[in-house]
Amino acid sequence: MVNTWIAATLVAVIAGVVGFFVVLRGAAFVAHAIPHGAFGGAAGAVLIGVNPIAGLGVFAVGGALGIGWLGRRGRHDVATALALVLMLGLGALFLSFSVEYAAAIYSLLFGEVLGVPSDELLPIAGLGIACIAALAVLYRPLMLTSIAPDVAEARGVGAQRIETGFLLVVALAATMTVPVVGVLLMFSLMIGPAATAGSLTRSPRNAIALSVLLALATVWLAVAVSYLTYLPVGFFVGTLGALSYGGARIWTARRRGRTAPV
Amino acid sequence: MNQVMRALFAPGFFASDPVHAALVVGAVVALVTGAVGVFTVIRGQAFAGHALGEVGSAGGSAAFLGGANPLWGFMGIAIVAAGLIELLGLHRPRARDVATGLVLGAGLGLAALFLYLDATSSSTTGVTVTILFGSLFAVSQQMLPSIVALSAVSLLVMAVCYRMLLLSSLSSDLAAARGVPVRAIGIVYLVIMAVAVSLAAETIGAILATALVVGPPATALRLTKRPGGALVVAGLIGVAAVWLGIVLAYDSYYWPPAGHGWPVSFFVVALVFLFYLAAGALTGIAQARRSRRWETAPRLAASGCAEHPGDAA
Repeated sequence: MVNTWIAATLVAVIAGVVGFFVVLRGAAFVAHAIPHGAFGGAAGAVLIGVNPIAGLGVFAVGGALGIGWLGRRGRHDVATALALVLMLGLGALFLSFSVEYAAAIYSLLFGEVLGVPSDELLPIAGLGIACIAALAVLYRPLMLTSIAPDVAEARGVGAQRIETGFLLVVALAATMTVPVVGVLLMFSLMIGPAATAGSLTRSPRNAIALSVLLALATVWLAVAVSYLTYLPVGFFVGTLGALSYGGARIWTARRRGRTAPV
Repeated sequence: MNQVMRALFAPGFFASDPVHAALVVGAVVALVTGAVGVFTVIRGQAFAGHALGEVGSAGGSAAFLGGANPLWGFMGIAIVAAGLIELLGLHRPRARDVATGLVLGAGLGLAALFLYLDATSSSTTGVTVTILFGSLFAVSQQMLPSIVALSAVSLLVMAVCYRMLLLSSLSSDLAAARGVPVRAIGIVYLVIMAVAVSLAAETIGAILATALVVGPPATALRLTKRPGGALVVAGLIGVAAVWLGIVLAYDSYYWPPAGHGWPVSFFVVALVFLFYLAAGALTGIAQARRSRRWETAPRLAASGCAEHPGDAA
């Protein structure tokens, strides 16, 4: 249980920071597709008897590079959808060969409270640090290409290289967070808190801090309730994310209504 | 001739009932998702298309829990989700993207809950896999009438508002200026897409639903510029991918490892992906040849933006 708390805390910090950029860039589909598609890699790793995290990582990075490559030639959302279904199709193929059945798959898909052994904590922390470091390096060009793509182009910031870098960061984050929250709900943890923070404050730094805090609250609550009720972690993460965003939207709308000149 | 046939179609292919059902249902679903999907691609709503199929699985698992026909569960939740996306999404594309993501997250959370309850209440642990990945060979023939009827209704609605839908998809400003109710058309289209995608997700699995609603239409739009032609080409490509996939999956029973068929979803998805890449290569070659021919002329057509009619929106 202690392992889960540590892992969940690390996951929430990463998801909160990465999520801010996901929401800023409108990249929710990519944030969903990379971890979800990486599930195929985990299935393949289980099949050949390797640690599922290695499979997740290979597929996540491969998916990120594939989306970047396909997205240059066609529409970005089409490229994302096709990369996602291809990875999942491979996952279906691996699953059909594998004798490992429903329970293991279910916990990969929807998360598992007690699913974090001690020897996985170190890789999770390592990946987390790599993520934060990459984002710190990319921070300024990422902000510029997200907010003012024209200015970024004029100043010679390679939008495509930044985009690829960003996709790789999402892939890293996906690989480390999946074992705790599950492939299906991982992106929900990125979007929910970040979108809520984005609708409450305008300053990017405040938004990142708030997003991390909300992600922490979401994950801690989800893990605690899941531990007590035995219901899947993913359920609580998904619904809490949507509820907090809905609440924030209603609150800001009411406040705006009160202060607006009549 | 006989030997060729036997090499292509493993023995028993034409006598098998599950294969018949899969061929018919697969074709119907591929035609509908192909036609509906052309607008999904033009409008840039691939994420919504994928989300509706996945969210539908929450309804499917809830219906499984309550003992109802999963198809209605799939469709009901998908339509509710479509309404929520439209309500939260407003007009800005980025807000729309986030709204779609949040609705998808909430839907998947519910799916996790219902699947968990399904697994504990009935001890059939395979439910998770069946609902999420589906299988063409598990389609029952009794479902056929409701599938055909729902497909026909959604195609009919699309035919009725075809011109308004096309105009508002290509340029919503122009459509609004000409008095097209853009918002209402958007909602109607999202509901049609919810019906088509959840139909597909229920019968052939959420993966294939996404693959068919995005892949063949995107391929068709690379091959032809006319939307009407793209509708037909997308349907045909979808049917070709599904049928070829079924044949390969049936034959794969004799491939290594012996006595174990490969999943049909894998073949269909791989074919859809290959068709998309092939269409891109074809148009690339054609463009290169054209630009070589006009080497001396000013390169007006070099921008290649005609391939993505929705980009301006």
